[in-house]
Amino acid sequence: MNWEDRVAQSGQLMEWPYPVRYDVENRIEVDVLVLGGGPGGCMAAISAAKKGLKVALLDKAHPKRSGGGSGFDHWLNTPNPNSKITPEDCVEWEAVTYKGYSNSLARYIAAREAYDTLLEIEKMGAKIRDIDDEFKGAPFRDEKTKFLFCYDYENRFQFRVWGATFKPAIFNECVRLGVQVFDRVVATSLLNEGGRQGGRIVGATAFNMRTGEFYVFQAKAIINAMSCHQTGWRFSTEMNGFDMFKPNITGDGPAIMWRAGAELAQMERSRPGVAPGYEYPSYGTGNSMNTWHPATIVDANGKEVPYVDAEGNIVKSVDDRCRPRPGQKFLAERSPHPLYAKPMIIPDLAQRIQKGEFVLPLYADLASMPWYERKAIWGLMVGNEGRTRIPVKIGYEAAGFDAGRDMLQSYFTLSGEPYPSQDKTLLQGPYRMEAYGNGGEVVVDWDLRTNLDGLYVVGDAILAGNYYYHACATGRYAGRKAAEYASMSGSSPALDLRQVKREKTRVYASTRRQPGKDWIDWKELRFAGARAMQNYCGGLRNERLMNTGLKWIKDIKKEYYPQSYASNPHILLRVLETYNILTVDEIILQACLARKASSEVMGHFRQDYPEVDPPEWHRWITLKQVNGATRIGELPLDFGGQLNDNYEAHNRDYKGFLKKKK
Amino acid sequence: MKEKKLKKADPGKKCYAFPNKPTPSMPIVIDETKCTGCNRCVNICTTDVTVPNPEKGKPPIIMYPEECYYDGCCVEECPVGAIKMRHPLMSRVHYKRKETGEIKRV
Repeated sequence: MNWEDRVAQSGQLMEWPYPVRYDVENRIEVDVLVLGGGPGGCMAAISAAKKGLKVALLDKAHPKRSGGGSGFDHWLNTPNPNSKITPEDCVEWEAVTYKGYSNSLARYIAAREAYDTLLEIEKMGAKIRDIDDEFKGAPFRDEKTKFLFCYDYENRFQFRVWGATFKPAIFNECVRLGVQVFDRVVATSLLNEGGRQGGRIVGATAFNMRTGEFYVFQAKAIINAMSCHQTGWRFSTEMNGFDMFKPNITGDGPAIMWRAGAELAQMERSRPGVAPGYEYPSYGTGNSMNTWHPATIVDANGKEVPYVDAEGNIVKSVDDRCRPRPGQKFLAERSPHPLYAKPMIIPDLAQRIQKGEFVLPLYADLASMPWYERKAIWGLMVGNEGRTRIPVKIGYEAAGFDAGRDMLQSYFTLSGEPYPSQDKTLLQGPYRMEAYGNGGEVVVDWDLRTNLDGLYVVGDAILAGNYYYHACATGRYAGRKAAEYASMSGSSPALDLRQVKREKTRVYASTRRQPGKDWIDWKELRFAGARAMQNYCGGLRNERLMNTGLKWIKDIKKEYYPQSYASNPHILLRVLETYNILTVDEIILQACLARKASSEVMGHFRQDYPEVDPPEWHRWITLKQVNGATRIGELPLDFGGQLNDNYEAHNRDYKGFLKKKK
Repeated sequence: MKEKKLKKADPGKKCYAFPNKPTPSMPIVIDETKCTGCNRCVNICTTDVTVPNPEKGKPPIIMYPEECYYDGCCVEECPVGAIKMRHPLMSRVHYKRKETGEIKRV
């Protein structure tokens, strides 16, 4: 029953079901503190706990399923015994595809250790092999190891796994190793040594989103695994959770790191997207992208839409949709670059539909495909991807859908295409921007440490980081590095109590009613922020336009945010998230103003600087705060330097699949 | 409207003054005959859509339905299979049966 039913049935308003204790302050001291309990955060906690340290882990939800917890389908970029692909290859395809705007340092670390990480998670209880022989004889199966692969059946470095089994296994390992888990406890700030912005990170503040209790953590090393920003441009007041992006990924991580003085980059990156509220369930419609590759697509009359390779040659057999064309090195998951692009549905499909060559609607025809592909797409991939296992695989089947005899409708060129990159006709106009690409924003060194002593980052929080494999591998690595730092750093540095007090005042400000003034709801604030970003930081930008946007965001934050009121701790969380989103909007606008050039990869087009990607701007723009003022800097795209040498120099004692001998 | 006159007349059926519910108002449907009120779904939810029922042992209350992320963690966690995920109506997908050409909907 919903709230209204309950009230009508009982005849009483419902009291908040948890005790509300805004005045309680908990003090916790540990060696390593992990903020964020998604796969990356949990792996970091496990790594640090294995070194015998005292570790605490905070999460906005429950780490058994939070983050990418309900599931995932692909484990990418993993050199392994079945493949000739090297870590250098894994770095190369992304660097080439994104014209250098790729974090080769973190990608290299992840590729070096992804296989070790996968085997470690298998030991925790996750299913990574076809042990039940469901796919015996399939062309993407290695009969000896029982590993399954996707996208490129010859090069075999992208795994198909039972992703829904991963997170509970990883979480159980955290518990087994004695990690102190604080679920529903949300970090609100990082604490600097001496309270000085830019100083060493010595702790964090947090609050419980059910009871409102305050937490002050003190630690020798802190790991931020709170993901990236995804919500600046997008908001729907009602269906905000149905959005393509997880409502929890609000940019709390970058906002609190920004306030502490951490250096961020690629904040100017965005791309066009579908308006929120008009989407279909992710991977819940017939399509041929990502999870659904290489699904057969037919039109309303059953006419098959052809697949073509990157040179435009028609690819006839289903199996060949997952093999490199002659002379092509390998196929990479998200690359449209001819060197690595997998065969795709014809790129001019929308125009050919307009000419009448294909009749709407289209359908995904899994029934016509070989058994192993049908079973892999519908049974394994849709059966394990985050938001598809329950509502799509199980839900659709319960409603009568049978992948062996039915064709699932595609919404291509109809409204609400769930995978926006598929239909370019939906991408027009400045009203449909979103933060996307390879999410994260924090600049890291070879220890995955930020510019702030004692602060490490993981997964999607890392500059240009994304994917489950990357979260797990970098989490495991950062946990190891943070543990080494904590072990060497003696006793915990003291907290600055004035900084704690200031933060506490900020956190609880909206819990006090201001009669006649508290009529700005968090939803209205968030909608206003999204509107400002769509209008002033949209598909086409210029200096004055963005300055107006920046002023508007600052005004919303200064004049209207203080009028918000949180009637319970849950709403307090949403109010505080809104503050962080507005903070991130300010950073984005400052980054966009600082990049005085257009850039295709960044999705950043300036009327006043129309030349696209001029060579002198071929670098990262960095931003950080020093004494409350923004300082713009720059970083070479290849800041990782010589990847193999640097990795070796920083990991002399590490042993794994690619480092057996030393 | 003459309020005094209205009050004197028959009080009518009891009706509460509610604001509009957010859309969609029911992202999950809980079978109240099966639910034991263990609140495991409340604790696993990644966005805190539900809260415990003030009456112990009763089904949880859907408090913030518009925040549902539709990942189905609650369904998976329920020990008695009492929860069904319900996609918003405007997002229901159609399919076609190949043999008969019938158009159906999930």
